Amino acid sequence: MYMIVAGGGKVGANVMRSLLRMGHEVTLIEQRRDRFERLEEEFEHQVLLGDATELHVLERAGVARPPDLLLAVTGDDEDNLVICQIARDGYGVEKVIARVNDPRNQDHFDLLGITQTVCATSNLMGLVEHEVPEHDLVHLLELRKENLEIVELQISESSPCAGKRISKLDLPEGARLISVVRDGEAEIAGDDTEIRAGDQVLAILRAGKEDELRSVLLRK
Amino acid sequence: MKAVVIGCGRVGSAVALQLHSEGWQVTAVDEKEEALKRLGSNWPGEFVVGHGMDVDVLRRSGIEDADAAVVSTDGDNTNIVIGQVLQKRYGIGCVVVRLLDPARAEFFAARGLRTVCPTQTAISVLTEAVRTCAIPTAVAD
Repeated sequence: MYMIVAGGGKVGANVMRSLLRMGHEVTLIEQRRDRFERLEEEFEHQVLLGDATELHVLERAGVARPPDLLLAVTGDDEDNLVICQIARDGYGVEKVIARVNDPRNQDHFDLLGITQTVCATSNLMGLVEHEVPEHDLVHLLELRKENLEIVELQISESSPCAGKRISKLDLPEGARLISVVRDGEAEIAGDDTEIRAGDQVLAILRAGKEDELRSVLLRK
Repeated sequence: MKAVVIGCGRVGSAVALQLHSEGWQVTAVDEKEEALKRLGSNWPGEFVVGHGMDVDVLRRSGIEDADAAVVSTDGDNTNIVIGQVLQKRYGIGCVVVRLLDPARAEFFAARGLRTVCPTQTAISVLTEAVRTCAIPTAVAD
């Protein structure tokens, strides 16, 4: 396949290397002369010096062929967005993928229809949140294929469910309480089980139901 | 009538001052606080420090009830993106975007963005100036 990679920083250069290894025909565009010279030593004629947001630079890179895929991976979100718009809307490049540097700009990409994006910060934060649970709700197990999660919730004095029987709780659809741990003793949760402050409650729920469950059990 | 001017450099500040003098309620936005100086010592309009890509900054500038917006930061691509966001997210009917690159100005103008390209204007004016110069024709002999 023919591809264009815009931006020859660490991301662009590594993507370039991988694509070439996969046997694709790729042109890399880099704006900065010092970077370009280093890249040229490695990729020779497959690198082009220029600003990929300029139409004539993209044309020199063969955007009019058009490429099967264009990756805009510069360190500047506005540049990446504009490169993708020009390639897609001006030259009919069907697949464009953009790097999002600042996750706050994600909405702008969505708004302008650049739907294939990769944001390293967002991906990392997703992993961090998973590892460092948000105080009162801990993810214990994720059953990805089944789209289910098992979570643990810490009940406090102020929790709206404290002092109530499980049958009296208005649990969201797609969520069930499994067990209640009190003073180190676990009890399988039944309709008559009363939840008290200090309990740890295990629940199984469909992915995405966390907020609803949290509001029933923890928030006033 | 309310206008927001994003990018308060030589162009943006002059546009802000001009619109204000014509009775518009104007908010100027710039990344640098020093840009306020360009508006003179007693700028009666609003001034917001921040990047025009930042939706919090846009909200603080009162973009939600603006009638018009001028986007004139020093980055063409920044202006292109902000201009489209103002049109599409906030539904502002009158958005004018300053672009230095004639090719991008033409490209995005063809796709519904109102672009103003001073480079293109300079090219036209300079060419026309030469064309109309009264250069004495060299006599062959």
